[in-house]
Amino acid sequence: MRQETEQPSVIRPYGDTTGDGMVQVSFTLPISPGPKAEGAALQLAGRMGLDPAMVVHANGLGGLDSAYTFFVVYGRVGHLVELDKVVVREREYPLLAAKEANLVIKRTLRRKLVVLGACIGTDAHTVGIDAILNVKGFAGEKGLEYYREMKVSNLGAQVTVPELVSQARKDRADAVLVSQVVTQRDAHLRNTRELAAAFREAMGDNRPLLVIGGPRFDPLMAEELGVDRIFGRGTTPGEVASYLVHALTTIKEPVRAR
Amino acid sequence: MTPARSAPAGTDPREVIHLDRRLVRRARSLALRAAAPVISLAKERTTVSVERAVLRLAGLSGADPTTGDGDIPWVNRVVDAVRDQVGLEHGVALPVWHAMRVHGHASLVDLAEAVTAGTARFEIPTGAAAVRAHNAATRAAKAGLRQIDRNRAIRDRLIRNIGDPPRRPWVYLIVATGDIYEDIPQAQAAARAGADVIAVIRSTGQSLLDFVPEGATRQGYAGTYATQENFRLMRAALDEVSRELGRYVRLTNYASGLCMPEIATLAGLERLDMMLNDSMYGILFRDINPQRTFVDQRFSRMIHARAGIIINTGEDNYLTTADAVDDAHTVTVSQLLNETFAHEAGLEDWQLGLGHAFEINPDLPESLRLELAHALLARQLFPNAPLKWMPPTKHMTGDIFRGYLLDGFFNLVGALTGQGILLVGMMTEAVVTPFLSDRDLALQNVRYVLGAAGGLTEDFHPPRGGFIESRANQVLAEAVGLLERITEDGLLNAIADGTFGITKRPADRGKGLDGVVVKAEGYDNPAVTLMEADLGRGAAP
Repeated sequence: MRQETEQPSVIRPYGDTTGDGMVQVSFTLPISPGPKAEGAALQLAGRMGLDPAMVVHANGLGGLDSAYTFFVVYGRVGHLVELDKVVVREREYPLLAAKEANLVIKRTLRRKLVVLGACIGTDAHTVGIDAILNVKGFAGEKGLEYYREMKVSNLGAQVTVPELVSQARKDRADAVLVSQVVTQRDAHLRNTRELAAAFREAMGDNRPLLVIGGPRFDPLMAEELGVDRIFGRGTTPGEVASYLVHALTTIKEPVRAR
Repeated sequence: MTPARSAPAGTDPREVIHLDRRLVRRARSLALRAAAPVISLAKERTTVSVERAVLRLAGLSGADPTTGDGDIPWVNRVVDAVRDQVGLEHGVALPVWHAMRVHGHASLVDLAEAVTAGTARFEIPTGAAAVRAHNAATRAAKAGLRQIDRNRAIRDRLIRNIGDPPRRPWVYLIVATGDIYEDIPQAQAAARAGADVIAVIRSTGQSLLDFVPEGATRQGYAGTYATQENFRLMRAALDEVSRELGRYVRLTNYASGLCMPEIATLAGLERLDMMLNDSMYGILFRDINPQRTFVDQRFSRMIHARAGIIINTGEDNYLTTADAVDDAHTVTVSQLLNETFAHEAGLEDWQLGLGHAFEINPDLPESLRLELAHALLARQLFPNAPLKWMPPTKHMTGDIFRGYLLDGFFNLVGALTGQGILLVGMMTEAVVTPFLSDRDLALQNVRYVLGAAGGLTEDFHPPRGGFIESRANQVLAEAVGLLERITEDGLLNAIADGTFGITKRPADRGKGLDGVVVKAEGYDNPAVTLMEADLGRGAAP
């Protein structure tokens, strides 16, 4: 199927002929099956830009007296894709599968990547750090414990900053992950600043990578708070792992030493 | 009268493949040996959650309204106070019921309020006072057990009157919106669409909470909190739909975690029918302390045994982290250990929903035959257990069309190998929470395969010494090999060394260790005493 011809700047969906614009969609409408339901599906398809549209399947969910109808619709979509207007936001690091992450660590670090996790201050909500670290993981992705080339310790809740610093030193941690859920009186921001200051004071430029996570953080505040990275709501273990691998296995730019 | 192909004379007619009997015997005796020291350890210890379960059984429910967000249950308050004042080495029963009498508390809630007010004083009674406290505690625990027995009898009667699902496997479907009042209509709709078992999955991370939340909950994270009130509401809703449909729809929730004993107790008190309860899941996948887990699982399983609850074990989890072919034997080992621990706690074979899963990489040649071999191994090794067959998750890529086919093959293997409980696979696994239509399509898939091929077991006789039979025996032999290493090393050491899965879980690490207490001479737990006395005599008091 590969064609070495030049990519046109405008493309349409490909059904079985170039430029035919054919697509298939399926959806459910809260209406009992029948002619009215099919009409409703066609109206929606039309507004989605399908013209002509065909309802090829309509079925009451859970039986004929159902209040919901499921449709499969085929149709020609009138919209065009203008490739020169496609903008992709580039993540500065690639998303790696666990196997790839392990491989990169093995090849570049030639030892295990040491990760230390904790909830600091009075915060007892370990849900976040557990979802990222526990083998069980989150959103279908295994936690960092699952990565063979990572050595992960989860210190749990209510760890003090000095404890965390001393443990990080003892374990020669490459990265310290801290989760902060409680935001009362901006405790999460205060704790994070305290953490960054303690590590800076104790270890200077040799401090481990500091990664913070929590639902109420603005990921853009990392620099302001003195940490390397902030992850927000819905972050998965794979994203964190990929970031750690990227940040710790690529040669450090001289920016930090400045 | 049977064709030449089927079982030769002298073998079990249910035997579809032949397993090496010496290996089977060896596997079971090794599992017993591996479990024995852990069972002793469990008998010598109690935990905060076991003690809280005793109070729950005695009827203490509700939360302290005066502290925090009102989310600290009374049972936590009381157990913590007993622990602070006299320790838990003797159990909570003696100090609590002694205090009730001496300080004239009208009820356990009354006592709990005194704890919050700081006026409750606990001591370990001796002599006649100890006997009185023991007797009062025993009466209270007996009332709870009677409630559990009554629920079991009600379930039996409902099944008799309303009827069981017409065929096996039972179709098991998950709902969970986070809001119990949203879950209820969804569960009823799922039952009408063909689900025989409804599982309400818990809010993410509830297994790591060292307390059971209270009341009807409307907010959860990727699941709904397991609470006594949520249990009650959902069971009542399913009773209603069971009558409408003419088949008893079962309700499942999850016990594994830091509050296994308490959640098991609440399940018994609210007539849940199945519970996820794995002997090692908390350790391996949640980093819960091994001692805590083994003590808690023993008590929780005694309650399940009493309540006539079918447990579901979590072997599917192994295959999501390890390779489903190379590590197939770890599933068998875990099943054998789960069986051993379950029998010791009084569970009978019909209550053992031992888990396994369809997780072999579909790109691997002969993957379906390997799946059949593994499924038949489990079927044959545990002939009287209602095995729980779990759908593919690891190789569901987001290509829903391919996923739908994979789920069809999963259903086929389930039908062919006589699985007891079939968890319905979703083509949108790992994409989104299932749409209404996804569930409907998934159930159509199950209905089609069971309808078209459900009777194929009659014709399905893999040849002696063929690929399937050989593979099953090979996995069994590998399981025996692993069990040998475990018994040599000790199960706790094996867990510490990372024998199961990738993680190392030392016996003195992990969450909840501070909630484990070695029993003193004179430890008293009337619930355990009563249940052990009745073990083997069924549920009737």
